[in-house]
Amino acid sequence: MSFGFFNYWVFIILLMIGLYTVMSRSNLVKKMIGLSLFQISVFLFYISMGKISGGTAPIVVDGPLDTAAPIYSNPLPHVLILTAIVVGIATTALGLSLVVRIRESFGTIDEEEILEMKDGA
Amino acid sequence: MAPDMLSLSSQFPILVAIAPLLTAPICALLRGKTAPWAVTTIASAYAFYISLQLLLTVASFGPISYELGGWAPPWGIEYVVDLLSGFMLVLISGVSTGVLLFARESVTKEVPTSQLGLFFAAYLLALTGMLGICITGDAFNVFVFLEIMSLSSYALIAMGERTDRRALTAAFQYLIIGTVGATFYLIGVGLIYMMTGTLNIADIAARFPEIEGTRPILAAAGFIVIGLAIKLALFPFHIWLPNGYTYAPSIITAFFAGTATKVSVYLLIRYIFTVFGVNYSFQGLELMDILLPFAVLGFLTMSAVAIYQTNIKRLLAYSSVAQLGYIILGIALANETGLTASIVHIFNHAIVKTGLFLSVGCMFFVVGSTYLKDLEGIGRRMPITTFGFVLGGLGLIGVPLTPGFISKWYLVVAALEKGSVIGYGLVALLMVSSLLAVIYIWRVVEVAYFRDMPEGTVKEEAPISLLVPTWLFILGSFYFGIETSFNVGIAKAAAAFLMGGA
Amino acid sequence: MLLLIAGTMSVLFVRNLFVATMLLGIVSFIMALIFISLDAVDVAFTEAAVGAGISTVLYIGTLALVGSQEKDQPKFAAGPLVICLAVGAVLYYATYEMPRFGEANNPVHTHVAPRYINDSPTEIGVPNMVTSVLASYRGYDTFGETTVIFAAGIGVLLILRQRRRRKNEDDETDVPLDEGKTGRSGSLTGLGSQHDLIPHVIAKLLIPFIFVFALYVQFHGDYGPGGGFQAGVIFAAGIILYALVFSLDYARSVVSERAILFLISAGVLLYGGVGVVSMMLGGNFLDYNVLASDPVAGQHLGILLVELGVGITVTAAMLAIFYAFVGRADLIAAKAEQEEN
Repeated sequence: MSFGFFNYWVFIILLMIGLYTVMSRSNLVKKMIGLSLFQISVFLFYISMGKISGGTAPIVVDGPLDTAAPIYSNPLPHVLILTAIVVGIATTALGLSLVVRIRESFGTIDEEEILEMKDGA
Repeated sequence: MAPDMLSLSSQFPILVAIAPLLTAPICALLRGKTAPWAVTTIASAYAFYISLQLLLTVASFGPISYELGGWAPPWGIEYVVDLLSGFMLVLISGVSTGVLLFARESVTKEVPTSQLGLFFAAYLLALTGMLGICITGDAFNVFVFLEIMSLSSYALIAMGERTDRRALTAAFQYLIIGTVGATFYLIGVGLIYMMTGTLNIADIAARFPEIEGTRPILAAAGFIVIGLAIKLALFPFHIWLPNGYTYAPSIITAFFAGTATKVSVYLLIRYIFTVFGVNYSFQGLELMDILLPFAVLGFLTMSAVAIYQTNIKRLLAYSSVAQLGYIILGIALANETGLTASIVHIFNHAIVKTGLFLSVGCMFFVVGSTYLKDLEGIGRRMPITTFGFVLGGLGLIGVPLTPGFISKWYLVVAALEKGSVIGYGLVALLMVSSLLAVIYIWRVVEVAYFRDMPEGTVKEEAPISLLVPTWLFILGSFYFGIETSFNVGIAKAAAAFLMGGA
Repeated sequence: MLLLIAGTMSVLFVRNLFVATMLLGIVSFIMALIFISLDAVDVAFTEAAVGAGISTVLYIGTLALVGSQEKDQPKFAAGPLVICLAVGAVLYYATYEMPRFGEANNPVHTHVAPRYINDSPTEIGVPNMVTSVLASYRGYDTFGETTVIFAAGIGVLLILRQRRRRKNEDDETDVPLDEGKTGRSGSLTGLGSQHDLIPHVIAKLLIPFIFVFALYVQFHGDYGPGGGFQAGVIFAAGIILYALVFSLDYARSVVSERAILFLISAGVLLYGGVGVVSMMLGGNFLDYNVLASDPVAGQHLGILLVELGVGITVTAAMLAIFYAFVGRADLIAAKAEQEEN
């Protein structure tokens, strides 16, 4: 299975949708959702990079049956993305907790409404 | 591996990062008013001591490499201390330690006592992140530490919420923009990894010439430069900075103003000069044409905007964006003097700005506000603090004998070296920008000395524990403005190293 | 793949935030399936647990507090669209001259990675290469990752555990919190009903298995997919399930907040401690070879310990974040009661 650049283009599209959501929506939760999408798309990019066609998961298959040495996909991008997923959830948690506090002190989570308020506050 | 494995000094590169890191969880568990602060200050001072040792070693014996986990790069992660990173380490840990001296009384007014342990733990993590970014020699490790720094700084900025609820929105805005910037950086690193197969910065640089003309690398460079420009608040991407700095607690503003954006500038220098190389950066990417206009627009417009601010912290924040314009200008000029000017200005601006924000912190401690309208007559009410502010302001403008003068001098020389109409034009614009700085500092001076104090206020100084650190930075700035062998000397050597190492 | 795009597009357009959150969860889950087909089993595992699991819980927790209807708008935003298209165009531009994905002679596969694939079984002796790269070759990144989680835990606690201030001064700025809400009550604690027999029984049956599974994932990460991070998430999920079914107070009595704070710190300290011990034994930071007389045994021991550290911190941090969100709901509920009286 050679998949050429298909994954890469999917990554571009997801990235664009995510970024557009972040920039165009004024609802803060929606912004966070867009940000999550934006980050997830990057995971796809890295993981696709690590795949070798015909390869298998990078876990050593032991036993004498293993005559032809299997091709393993590259484990390094997997490690990097594990870290990136963690960073993603950390950012999400922090962002959402800010949203909760903003809702409490401003009474809204709509960016435009908050901006209108700013002068009065 | 180092010959003397048992001696502590061979472990210095890692200690500088993990000393604050491992103190953070301990600090999070501590209760009370003094203990968290004391532990934090000790950790920071220790990091400062190690940084100095490292810088001295590097200055006499050349770059140090440290293999984490005992794995040789590019398989393992490597820590590299060269002149520039050593210089940054000293600067960051030094500013942090000075600010912490100030923090003990200042935070008690701005952060609830029950939260102090967590607050200082977050502070330590931010410090760890900055130190880790400067010392690491691994492109992905940079991302991890960038996030450690960013996540803790979002939380720290949000702590200003007790004084002004807009701290929350400022922190949220910073979180969104900062994450986009960091993710851009991650995409750039991914593209580079795809083309080179390595994440080690030195290894990338070694393999770079083979692939430097290709499109993915061009895209990667674009993503990295833009991602870092967002993080360092270069002119069109600066919107998060004034809000963040205005509403954060005093000591956080002082700490970040001196260090946070500088770390991103450091990364930018690292990528432009070490990874991409001077030739590719300025001929292949034409970074000069891209960065120069933004830098110039940045310092002109932001200085102008600063004039119209009603909040003194916000005024200084816009001035910070303007000063970052100078630093980027030095990089964009692409000659050794320009780079020297940038590095010197990273240092000088950090000292001066921290001093200024600390003196504002003193005013806030006494007055409880940083709006200019509440600070009328502050020059008579808090003479020592205000005098410090004015001296710092002179440094910002670039009056001779102040460090601001030194950096501007090198910038002017670099611009003249550039020659042609552009060079002279730049010199003229630098003068205009300095005039604007005179105006915005003068506005504060006018409010401070030529307006009457509000009725019923008495002369009242900030406590001595706040004044001493503030004046330490102010006097330090004059020291480095007159006796320039340390900052300029190292900056020159680092610049020569970076230009030659390409 | 096309499902993925469809999913994300509808996230953009759907106006109800609950639906958007669910769609995000679905996107994460599809993504996890794709990761499996791309041989990244560990990542798929994590993405399913985090993206489709924990983060969905967090979003729903937030929505319960802030209301779930997006304001009517969306007007077309030209500026952002242009920027997005520009970013997309740059990435598309890079497609040319890019090595084709999936081919074995790409630089990614020929430069650094072969060392991990060929030598890690002998150098580290752990069949799962992802684990050996994660915990040993790039163990410092993972230490950083643990610190990121620690930072998030600290940050959320800092932000959400604050008492309300200035109550006497300006009460009118505190808009009542259930204004503009779509019929959902603000408190999550109500979830733990005393009367729902079926969830109780099922939960009692499930939770032990979840914990056993978490322990298996924790200690089996050397051989199969899994490791400290995934185990931590599963462990936390078990306790969260417990809290949801039996009310938060029960869960708190099992694992108190003070203990959580201690555990978050302990995990980081354990990981760092392994590094410091290896320094004292004469190696570099996180050099596990020196931990035992035989390097491979040392690597084993080191990886086991640091994975444990990761597991502890992740479990505790996830719980801390969850408690903070739910605890906030309690605070608000208490405040609303005060206002009524």
